[in-house]
Amino acid sequence: MIKNPAPMTAEKKQFLAMRGITKSFPGVLANDAINLDIFNAEIHALLGENGAGKSTLMKILYGFYRCDSGQILINGQQVTIHSPHDARLHQIGMVFQDFNLIPALSVAENIALFLPNLPAVLNIKEINQRILEVSKRYDLQVNPRAMVSQLSIGEQQKVEILKLLLAEAHLLILDEPTRVLAPHEVEALFKVLDSLRKDGYAIVQITHKMKEVLERADRITVLRGGHLAGTLSQAEASEEKLVALMFEKKLTSLQVGHKTVTEKSSAPLLELLGVETHGEGAETSLKAIELEVHPGEIVGVAGVSGNGQKELGDLVLGMVRCSRGRKLLFGKDFTNQSVQKVRRSGVGFIPENPLTMAIAPFMSVLQNMALTRTWRYSRAGGLSIDWPAVKADVEKTMGRLEFSFPLYVPARSLSGGNLQRMVIIREMTQEPRLIIASYLTRGLDVQSAIAARQALVQARDNGAGILFISEDLEELFTLSDRLIVLYAGTIAGSFKPEETTFFEVGHLMTGSEVHHVQIN
Amino acid sequence: MSKLTETFTHFPVVRQKALQAAVRYLLMILFAFLMFGLILLISGKDPLQSYKDILSSTLGSAYGFSEVIVAMIPMLITALAVALPSRVGLINVGGEGQLYLGAAFATFGALTFSSLPAWLLLPLMVLLGMLGGALWAFIPGYLKSIGLVNETITSLLLNSVAPKIIGFLIFGFWHSPMDTVKTANFVAAARLPTFFGTRIHLGLVFGLVLLLVFWLVMKYTRWGLEMRAIGSNPQAARRNGIPLSKYLVIVMCIGGAIAGLAGMAQVSGFYGVLLLNFSMSLGFMGFMICWLAGGEPLGIVLMSFVVAVITTGGNLLQLTRDLPYAVINILLAFTLFVVLARPTFFKGTKS
Amino acid sequence: MTILSILGVLSSAIFSGTSLLYTTLGEVIGERAGIVNLGLEGVLLVSASSGFAVTYLSGSPYLGILVSILAGGLMNMILGYLAITRKANQLASGLALMFFGFGLSALIGKPYVGEKIHSLTRYLLPGTTGLPRVYSSLFKFDILIYLVIPVAFLIWWLLFRTRWGLGLRAVGENADTAYASGRNPRLIRYQALFAGGMLVGLGAAHLSIAYTMNWTEYMTAGRGFIAVALVIFSKWHPLRAIVGALVFSGAVAFQLLLQSSGVQVSPFLLDTIPYILTLVVLIAWGGNRKHSAPASLGRVYQGSE
Repeated sequence: MIKNPAPMTAEKKQFLAMRGITKSFPGVLANDAINLDIFNAEIHALLGENGAGKSTLMKILYGFYRCDSGQILINGQQVTIHSPHDARLHQIGMVFQDFNLIPALSVAENIALFLPNLPAVLNIKEINQRILEVSKRYDLQVNPRAMVSQLSIGEQQKVEILKLLLAEAHLLILDEPTRVLAPHEVEALFKVLDSLRKDGYAIVQITHKMKEVLERADRITVLRGGHLAGTLSQAEASEEKLVALMFEKKLTSLQVGHKTVTEKSSAPLLELLGVETHGEGAETSLKAIELEVHPGEIVGVAGVSGNGQKELGDLVLGMVRCSRGRKLLFGKDFTNQSVQKVRRSGVGFIPENPLTMAIAPFMSVLQNMALTRTWRYSRAGGLSIDWPAVKADVEKTMGRLEFSFPLYVPARSLSGGNLQRMVIIREMTQEPRLIIASYLTRGLDVQSAIAARQALVQARDNGAGILFISEDLEELFTLSDRLIVLYAGTIAGSFKPEETTFFEVGHLMTGSEVHHVQIN
Repeated sequence: MSKLTETFTHFPVVRQKALQAAVRYLLMILFAFLMFGLILLISGKDPLQSYKDILSSTLGSAYGFSEVIVAMIPMLITALAVALPSRVGLINVGGEGQLYLGAAFATFGALTFSSLPAWLLLPLMVLLGMLGGALWAFIPGYLKSIGLVNETITSLLLNSVAPKIIGFLIFGFWHSPMDTVKTANFVAAARLPTFFGTRIHLGLVFGLVLLLVFWLVMKYTRWGLEMRAIGSNPQAARRNGIPLSKYLVIVMCIGGAIAGLAGMAQVSGFYGVLLLNFSMSLGFMGFMICWLAGGEPLGIVLMSFVVAVITTGGNLLQLTRDLPYAVINILLAFTLFVVLARPTFFKGTKS
Repeated sequence: MTILSILGVLSSAIFSGTSLLYTTLGEVIGERAGIVNLGLEGVLLVSASSGFAVTYLSGSPYLGILVSILAGGLMNMILGYLAITRKANQLASGLALMFFGFGLSALIGKPYVGEKIHSLTRYLLPGTTGLPRVYSSLFKFDILIYLVIPVAFLIWWLLFRTRWGLGLRAVGENADTAYASGRNPRLIRYQALFAGGMLVGLGAAHLSIAYTMNWTEYMTAGRGFIAVALVIFSKWHPLRAIVGALVFSGAVAFQLLLQSSGVQVSPFLLDTIPYILTLVVLIAWGGNRKHSAPASLGRVYQGSE
């Protein structure tokens, strides 16, 4: 049964409406009574920072989550969507950030897997034929016989879109589609979306890259902190308005303690000279990184997560190899040295997800504390561990930072906030000269966040150098002595916080170039 | 597996749960025995009498009991050979092969240096046995650490290769004048001493000492700490500066060395000769026992005992009940099935 | 080394390799769905013994083959129950199944050790009738031998040209993606194990009923593990398995040839060739990042319940 997706009339008819969608997860209100309209034949951008609730909203639409309250209406009729299968029956399709493709199967097989009316005996020729027809129409050329593992990321994305089209989806949701594309591939994608729109498809593009959608999207909805911040049509939208909607300055008081005036005299602790890394698959490759961190300074790294932050932290730690350039720690060449050596030289690392990245979940808290410096606590050549010494060191740091948590319970029983405290204590106990703090306060309650920041400042005041990666502009502006912005694996800007504004940084984070303007 | 045991050893609150776990295991084993009784019934044998026979022949007499211990010895050691690598997340199903290689190396020592006194020869054979096993485990360990091949597949393949190498060595170089399937008998100096007039040999001491050392190392030493960290979260361990690749290779080799030692103990202490295909799936039994015991030394001792009772009792079944010895494998299998299936009737934590 | 002896090796390889090929095909199906069966040895033994027993009792080899097939499927269901429904470790479950097979087959087969049965008729390979007796006698094959290559093609067609096969392969690569496409990974795995088990049973039937025509304990002599190696060697592809089975079983026959022509190579060492080959092949591909093994082989499917 060959059926080409029939072009719809290009009326701006409302296709789908989401009303009052509310969804909360433990500890966080992801969507707060959000209303969203999606029209036929439009490209609708869903814009916002990480954690704004965009993905959640669309996952509800795609049946991945169920909303706590709210309705979804298609062509005026209320529908229930309890699974992706339901969503597909309603002609809603979604392309996730990590593609849902099977590398070992061919393009045609991957697409066939999701076809709704696949016959029991596969007619490969017919499927290939359909793929070629649709791909030609929308310029999504791929070889149906190729194995997905051989395709580039851009081509894989084409397959994902073809999957939706051949499964007769009418609404196409794309989650951060340009994140993994090269600039020319981005152009190509937008051409494809344009031709799809002309044929009547409704397209929702989740993104944080404001500049991209400014010229392409028919309408832009901005979410912020789980709320609907506003919907602008293409005519109404401008960079300033969008940035204002995306990054409203918060008025929380952030007591952090005075920033001491430090002279940038001493030799840098960390130098990255022309460093490049090669990211696999969906990882971001870092390019042309020039960075210095001096003692007694906090260098903030701003940017939307997924633009190379994780890779940067891993690079300094030694988990990721430099394909080019050099890395110097404390004046010595440490390019491609092992993590063990890097740590031993005095580098501490506080990762964004302590449970999966820093902790042995089934071991006790106290045992975890010893893991980064087992050599220091081992006695009799390794035959025993001086646990009292571990305990003493930990308690000293706990007193200094005014944290406390139980020591003898399994690590994974701690709350997120306490886990982060635990990692902070561990890293601070070794009195590192260089600290990499990656999303230090993500997922923490206010109390824990304040305490964590204070710990960092204390370390800085004692002469440590800190690479502080964060998404929270407020936090970055308050704590950093210097600020850089990471976008698509490169440093998009570097300045002192007093020399810039949220606006400017926001622009750089979302990919637009802005003239560096001196503002009060 | 090792995660369950982590929780057990360190939190007093959970120690009583350990008791509950023991009771649970007992019930599961009884259930398996029940099912096997049914099988016996179906094949026209009296289950109660059979069980009585098994128990009386094994636990009822001093000699019977000693035979159980003798059967237990290699199982203790091969189970440990699986337990140690499991702590860093390695799955060592290559015990069979490592066992054979250890036996072969030890036999080489026994035959070549037969004129040495026992106090020199035996330690030499121990070292050779461990070397053989370690070499055989190095291949899968190294390939795994460089990310090339899964250690399960490689060790399985090497399992099949090992007995053939033994065959080659026996037939080609070592076979006794009378028999081509085995070597000449070892000289007295190459035999591990036995105790109390039974067949219990020094291998028992090896096994128990190694288990104790294993327990101590994992609990108290720096290496045990780092190994547990790797087993708990390998990526985090790497980030924390623990040298992951080094541990993977070294631990796998030590596991192989232990299995090799089991091989040496069998040929030197039990058989006194290198026999073709002498391992009756000892390596796999070790895997199952380790798995049943959750990788815990005490559990290994207990489970080895239970399995040894079963296999030794099977001998009697063959003699008196006219059942082929192999049938006892059904009882063994039922025990394994019941534990694997973790029926919710026997509630407990999943590992 | 005469033509006769070479043909003799070929004939021997075909006879002994047929059961190996059926078994391998069965395991390919299971592994393509993500389940590895270390207990193949046990499955083979139980199928072989029960098939042999029924053949002896009923006088009909066809009935025996049928029972053998069924036995194979059922044995695999045990693995399925443990590994899929109870989410137990596949390796441990497989080994437990192996021990079970050792015992059960001994129990079933004991009364029939050494008995004679009516075996399958052997038909001359078409086209060899003209040859002198001494040659053509090498090419009298039973029907299972004639069927094995067509069956291999059938399995290929099933895996690569049907909707069911596509779903099965998807489950073996990424059960979550298969689930996202609306399929039931658990059910598919059960189906794969049953179908695979039936093929393994067929292989066992050939071994005891058609080829050796007898039953002894442990008669499979490691064929189960050879099959596991052969699956890897054939890169999980049914058609490559044909070649692999010939090579693996040929190695055995080949050594007889060498011996008869006076070359003294230890049969034991020759026996290791298939495994060493597989190992080498594994290492060679390992350098290629995309491994050929089904991506979720051996992993427990947690499901989203």
